[in-house]
Amino acid sequence: MSAQDVQDWIGKQVAGNDVVLFMKGTKTMPQCGFSMQVAQILNHLGVEFKDINVLEDMSVRDGIKAYSNWPTIPQLYVKGEFIGGCDIVREMFQAGELQELLNAKGVANNAQTLTA
Amino acid sequence: MAMAADDIARMIKERFPDADIRIEDLAGDGDHYSATIVSEAFRGKSRVQQHQMVYDALKGNMGGALHALALKTTAP
Repeated sequence: MSAQDVQDWIGKQVAGNDVVLFMKGTKTMPQCGFSMQVAQILNHLGVEFKDINVLEDMSVRDGIKAYSNWPTIPQLYVKGEFIGGCDIVREMFQAGELQELLNAKGVANNAQTLTA
Repeated sequence: MAMAADDIARMIKERFPDADIRIEDLAGDGDHYSATIVSEAFRGKSRVQQHQMVYDALKGNMGGALHALALKTTAP
């Protein structure tokens, strides 16, 4: 795939899934502590998400960094919007902001009943 | 491939002269740091924008020479 093809492919994943996590490893077998933390937070909140293992494809690993102008992985996208990496997701989760954002964007999660 | 805490602090200070910067070497291996940065430049910016500004100040070292830098950014 050319660099542009990779960008198009990433764009389709981000547009076609409500919640996408670009990570090292998979949601069932994360291969990096930072990726694991974000996957755990999403699982804890009962959020359905698509996991994309960047270790399987070097062009995606590099491409996602260009896509978001963000140098590290994991990267979380909700309804097409880049939310952040591990630090931001954890900070938002601890502040209850991630739950608010999911609710505001209409993404099913188990914190819904608590804030409704 | 690693970076000294002083180098990280210097690069951040160049970009954010007013910043209050605290850097911790989390594992003592010169490769896993956390940085707390307080600067007026962050006011009104989203967290993603704030972190992008810091990554930009680090001029491509993040994700390269610098493997892990946990960031916490705020305005004063």
